[in-house]
Amino acid sequence: MNLSEHSSILIVVIPLIASFVNIFLNFLQRKLCYPFFVLVLGICVALSIDILYQVINFGIIRYRLGGWMPPWGIEYVIDHLNAYLLVIVSSMSFIVAIYSKESVKKEIPKSKLPYFYSTYLLLATGLFGITVTGDIFNLYVFLEIASLSAYALVAIGEKRSVLASFHYIIMGTIGACFYLLGVGYIYIITGSLNISDLTRLLPSLYESKVTLTALAFFIVGIGIKIALFPLHRWLPDSYTFAPSAVSAFASATVTKVGIYVLIRISFTLFEPRFLIEMTPLSNILIWWSTIAIFFGSLIAIGQKDFKRTLSYILITEIGYMVFGINIGNKEGFIGAVLHILNDSLMIGCLFMIAGGVFYRIGSRNIEDFKGLNRNMPITMASFTIAALSMIGIPPTAGFFSKWYLIVGAIKAGYLVSTAALIFSSLVNALIFFRILEKIYFTKNDNTFMYNFRELPISMMIPIVITTLAILMIGFYSGEIISSVIRFSLPKGF
Amino acid sequence: METVIGKYNYWIYIALMMIGFYAMIAKRNLVKKIVGMNIFQTAIILFFISTAYKKDATIPILIKSQEVIDPAQYINPLPHVLMLTAIVVMVSTFGVALAVIMMLYNQYKTLDEDEIIEILRKKK
Repeated sequence: MNLSEHSSILIVVIPLIASFVNIFLNFLQRKLCYPFFVLVLGICVALSIDILYQVINFGIIRYRLGGWMPPWGIEYVIDHLNAYLLVIVSSMSFIVAIYSKESVKKEIPKSKLPYFYSTYLLLATGLFGITVTGDIFNLYVFLEIASLSAYALVAIGEKRSVLASFHYIIMGTIGACFYLLGVGYIYIITGSLNISDLTRLLPSLYESKVTLTALAFFIVGIGIKIALFPLHRWLPDSYTFAPSAVSAFASATVTKVGIYVLIRISFTLFEPRFLIEMTPLSNILIWWSTIAIFFGSLIAIGQKDFKRTLSYILITEIGYMVFGINIGNKEGFIGAVLHILNDSLMIGCLFMIAGGVFYRIGSRNIEDFKGLNRNMPITMASFTIAALSMIGIPPTAGFFSKWYLIVGAIKAGYLVSTAALIFSSLVNALIFFRILEKIYFTKNDNTFMYNFRELPISMMIPIVITTLAILMIGFYSGEIISSVIRFSLPKGF
Repeated sequence: METVIGKYNYWIYIALMMIGFYAMIAKRNLVKKIVGMNIFQTAIILFFISTAYKKDATIPILIKSQEVIDPAQYINPLPHVLMLTAIVVMVSTFGVALAVIMMLYNQYKTLDEDEIIEILRKKK
């Protein structure tokens, strides 16, 4: 049997089954839960790399579930964009899984750990499912699997996380229901749920009001799921109070997968000309995201809690990506897709460092970062690189995607948005240099309290790996664009 | 008039959805919020099922003696199947929401959002 042929379904099925097996493993031998959990995610990384390899060498993969022909059965379609995203999601989930071993010990009661691992695997399943599926209703189901496990994971955190999780449930359900309504309207007018089938059917129906309604529901629904500016209320609280491992994993993947769904709906389900020329939608989204960039940056300056600062920076980054997708030229799109990778690494790395600092000093307050470089030199060096990348200083990865976005913005003539991009870089510089100054140049008076060593090795390695990846991707971004992202450009760009 | 009476099920769906939406946003009691959430989701079920309906059509079970299959005779089964899945999703959302509400009640001994926010403010 050729396993490679089935890797697109295995990447969904393996973590799904493993999440249930993990609970039973808990009763048999609790010690095995963690190794099993990491092993499963490691297999997912291998599968996703295999899928990327197949897509690059042999073209688009189409996998028919149960052998049913596409418009009737569910079909998994993997092209360059999916494969690229799968690798990002699976590697981030694997890296954070390694990190979580020590980190969750301090934040989650020991008896709940196996359930944490199972929920984490379910979240990964949902995200993989969203990425591989080629069916809009199936996408809804995976969206809800991912969201439900995210609600649960957020609620395990510290005390205030429960209320945050409740708000997340309310907002997330509205988002998912809007998406489902969009699916309903699309189904009424076309009678199909398959994305490739819809690409063929929809162009003749662009004049219809039903199509417009469906599009509106889709965009608002996804807008809530990715926390685009006016719909972002759930994000800062959830990611601040969730366990550090969950914050790192969710911030690095959930919103990025949401951006992917937005790209699919905007450019695969509908044609680019529909969004850019026939409706004012892309124009609206550009202004929307410009405001998101300004707003996120401004609020981020005033925060004292490091994780909350990062959450607002994440809202800014989402603004970047939505902006890049909608400006409608090649540079903007490449910038946005490259930024999915870069941002996932940067924000994941910074959240892991925030968790690491919390692990050692039990505080997330920026004031308490004073003189940390003496105790945690390697972590703080990683922090410096991730921060520089966040600001966008070459040769770190963040520079290249920002460069493409700004070039795209200038080319398309959106000067206010260009100003917003530069403004948010400056604000990031302000925020991070202020923290860096505390870390390296402020002496800590309270030496008694800060008498501790570097992080445990299993938390160290993931942070160092992501940091190295940020640097490597900076050097190889040209290669990534020419071998993967170039092929995911929508028609007519 | 025709658009109101002839398509009354769609009007009911919109009314139900708005009731649910209002409850989710405006009600301060957390249980009322998730009841609103449930009404909202049920409205979507009604919407999907309405789209499947055809006048004078029957359940989609093929009769063997029939030689020519006329799709107009049968109700579209696909929205029903989709809604079965959606119901499962909705039940689990409701379950998670109830579990979170229980955790909230254990922490704050109240289910009123204003009171919870008041307690959180006092702690600061």
